[in-house]
Parts: sequence; C-alpha cells; structure tokens
Amino acid sequence: MALSVRHLIGIAELSDEDIQLILDTAESFKEVSERPIKKVPPLRGRTVINFFFEPSTRTRSSFEIAERRLSADSLSLTAQASSVVKGETLLDTARNLEAMAPDVIVIRHSAAGAPAFLARHTRSRIVNAGDGAHEHPTQALLDALTIRDHKQRFKGLKVAILGDLLHSRVMRSNLLLLTRLGAEVHVAGPGSLVPPGLDLMGATVARRYEDALDGADVVMMLRVQLERQKSSFFPTTREYFHFFGLTAERLKLAAPDAIVMHPGPMNRGVEIASSLADGPTSVILDQVTNGVAVRMAVLYLLLGGDNSDDAAA
Amino acid sequence: MNTAVLDAPPRELMARAAKTKIMDAVKIERAITRLAEEILERNQGAVELALVGIRTRGVPIAKRIARKIEEIDRRKVPVGVLDITLYRDDFTTIGSQPVLRKTEIAFPVTDKRIVLVDDVLYTGRTIRAALDGIIDFGRPKEIQLAVLIDRGHRELPIRADYIGKSVQTSLDEFVQVQLADEDGEADAVYVGEIHKPAKPAKSRKH
Repeated sequence: MALSVRHLIGIAELSDEDIQLILDTAESFKEVSERPIKKVPPLRGRTVINFFFEPSTRTRSSFEIAERRLSADSLSLTAQASSVVKGETLLDTARNLEAMAPDVIVIRHSAAGAPAFLARHTRSRIVNAGDGAHEHPTQALLDALTIRDHKQRFKGLKVAILGDLLHSRVMRSNLLLLTRLGAEVHVAGPGSLVPPGLDLMGATVARRYEDALDGADVVMMLRVQLERQKSSFFPTTREYFHFFGLTAERLKLAAPDAIVMHPGPMNRGVEIASSLADGPTSVILDQVTNGVAVRMAVLYLLLGGDNSDDAAA
Repeated sequence: MNTAVLDAPPRELMARAAKTKIMDAVKIERAITRLAEEILERNQGAVELALVGIRTRGVPIAKRIARKIEEIDRRKVPVGVLDITLYRDDFTTIGSQPVLRKTEIAFPVTDKRIVLVDDVLYTGRTIRAALDGIIDFGRPKEIQLAVLIDRGHRELPIRADYIGKSVQTSLDEFVQVQLADEDGEADAVYVGEIHKPAKPAKSRKH
C-alpha cells in the first residue's frame, strides 16, 4: 500500500484511497506512543529536516517526535536561527539543505505555495506543515482522525468551523477533507474575517455563529491572532469574545453530544471560554496525541516502499 | 528468485496455481491440539505463559491454541497480536509495503514466557522481525516459537520449538494456509508451484 502522491502538499492532491490509508495507518501507529519503548525501526537511517519559517512549538515538536519514534534522524531549523535572516532565498536554502541529502523536508512557511515550490526544485519529499493561508494537511488529517474516534462516521455529520476564516489554512484543509469524507461543513466568523468563495469549496457560510452552531456534532474553533486587532479586523479581544467566543451558552445550541476542537494554541477567553477548553466536551488534547500518529503515518507511507524514482528525479 | 521476500506470493496467484492439499480441517485440528499439549507440557505449571500471534494467520492459530489450553488445563492464557510490518528487513526494497495493522499486546511482556505463533516457518525473517518487535515491549523471561508448518529453507539461525507438521518443499513451491476464521473457507494447507497454473478440469468421460 502506497500513497498516490510523492509529496504531501495539501488535501487537494490526495485521492480518497490516500486519505483512508493515512487514517487507517495512523490508527495502527497510535499504540507505538503507548509502549514503554516508543520506537519502531522503519525509517532508520533516513534524514528528515524540519524547516519552520514561522514559529511553531506544537506542530514542530509533533513532527520531531513522530520522526524520532520512527527511528529517523531529525533536524529542525527555524528561520530566525538560519541564514534566512541574512537574506538567503528559499530556493538557495533548500538547495543547500538538499546537498546534505535529506529524504524529507517538512516545511512551514508564510507564503502559500512554498512547499510546492520546493517540490519542483529539490529531490526530497516535501511535507507541508502549513503554507500561508493555503493548507495545513496534517492538521486536517489529525482532526479527521479525532472526529472518527469520537463519532465513528463522517457522512451527514454537521461540523461547525468558527472564527478567523480569512487567515486560516486549518479551515481550508479541514473544509476540503471533511466535505470529501461526506460531512456537512458550516462556517461562520466575524464579517471582516470571512473570505468570499467558501461556498464554492463546499461550505455552508452562515451569517451568524448561532446558525452554524445549531445542531452541530463537531465545533471547531479557530485561533484568533491577536495582531489582527491591531490591523482593525476587530476592535478588542473582549469584544471578540463577547460576540464570537465559544461560551457554554452558545455551545448549548450544538448537539447534546457535540465535541469541541481547537488546533491550538488557544487564546483562553478570546475565541474560547476557559471552562470549555478544559471541559468534558473538549477533545483538544486527543487532537495533539493523534497528531503524532498521523505524522508518523504520513512519513511512513511517503518513505516506505519503492524509492527507485528518487535517484532518477 | 528474491529470497528476501518474507511473504508467500499474493493469494490471487496461489489461487490460480496447481496445488495439493496436504492437511484438511481434521488434521489441522489435531495438530493444534498437539501443539497446545506440548506447550503445556514444556511450560509445566508456568503461570507466566502468554501467546503472541503474528499477523495475519498466526493470530487465529494462537487463539485456537489458547482455547485448547483452556479446555485441557482450565487456565486462561493471554493472547497478544503482533504486526511485524514495521520490523521487516525488506521495507525499502518491496514495491509497496503491506498495510500496517494494529499490534495489540495488552499484558506486560517482561518476565513472561512468550510463545510466538505463526502459520508457516520458512526463511525465518518474519520470526527475526517478531523477536525485535516483542523485545521492544519489554524483556520476556523466554521466547518460544510454535508454527503450524515448518517448510525448511532457513536463511537465519531460527528454529521452532513446536511444529504442527514438517513439510519438505522446494524453492519453487509455495505453502498456503487457509483458515476458516481468516479466509472464510474450510481449514486447509496446500502446497503448490507458483509458476504452474492449475489445469482446467478435464471431462470424466473418455
């Protein structure tokens, strides 16, 4: 069993079989993280370079742990600590890294299309850890795995994705993935943060939060970047919470067994009430655990099997 | 021929090939009963006994042995399931690897007498992978090996402690184990030749 793609650039490029394969393989990888010795050998001797141009603790550590649990050699570079600060271009950076022969480059970048660019210009496999507002495929996959764990199905499930839709790659990847799996995705956010065209991607764009929340089986809150308030997208965080925060009251509109998700890091008291972040409906920590399993599955499936085309590329 | 291949040829190929049935359901049942008795005899009074079936067909065999042990000795022996896909030595050379399924070992492995169970012992590479896998879970007191069929041609210094049936085979032949609980058809063991297709059924009239 292998993936139909050479790189993981986005959900858009994955086939339905790829998606099932990744989710099922991730399921099998979960137990590795529960063993006393959390290591399995398939990627022994392979090199993975994590190149994070944007700061990230959660995604980067999740990838690092996944790589090391597969016995790969893992190296992380952040933009601040690299020559990017001295003005080196993305292509030069990648070419220099490639001279060290990494098998995989995991990249997070503020420019949409950066991973695809690397895929065209280097021989390594590329995994997109988030590019601009375009896609964050491993996040969507771990979200889907978490939903599957708790709801056992996707068809006909109502998923509400709420918050800063404009800047969210998490929303876009989830929208693509969940609609492909048969779920109904309803999105809502402050007027200034809802981009046009989401309906063309399969979402139901609700005018009010309450409409998106109504009867939702899954409530996914997006992180609000506090810097947006400086760019006048909304007046203050207090006002954001008042009108758009997920509170216990608003959650009552959802289905009685609804689960609350968040890609992290959370701004408590801004997009989500503290009590809900820690409450029984929250599956936020499950998302983190599943993140390691999903990333192990992706790396395993990308690097396993026939590698004869790597030399020829 | 690629002797590094752990698996038998794909089941579709085996289905089309000419083959002889060397064990039927009755013989398999007797073999499994004998394996259970031998395991009990050697591990006399051992409370630390546990069985680990190697995916895929080692698993139903392990479960059947456990049931027999319970019938004979009135003791429940824990059964674990080991998927060796992550420990294979041909991971990067096979065209596409098999689907990874779950390993489920719900009991602590340290200080246990583990009996690994598989359907066919051939080159020994699957067992080598299984040993690595089990040892990642802890430090067993002992690891023993029970197989339904030993077909020879070891490529590593591995041997079984309990053997259902020893079968002399050539490298051109395959051994196919069919189990009702896994394959949905009656229990059977076949030996056949990979490159020889089955002859179409001849008319009985001459």
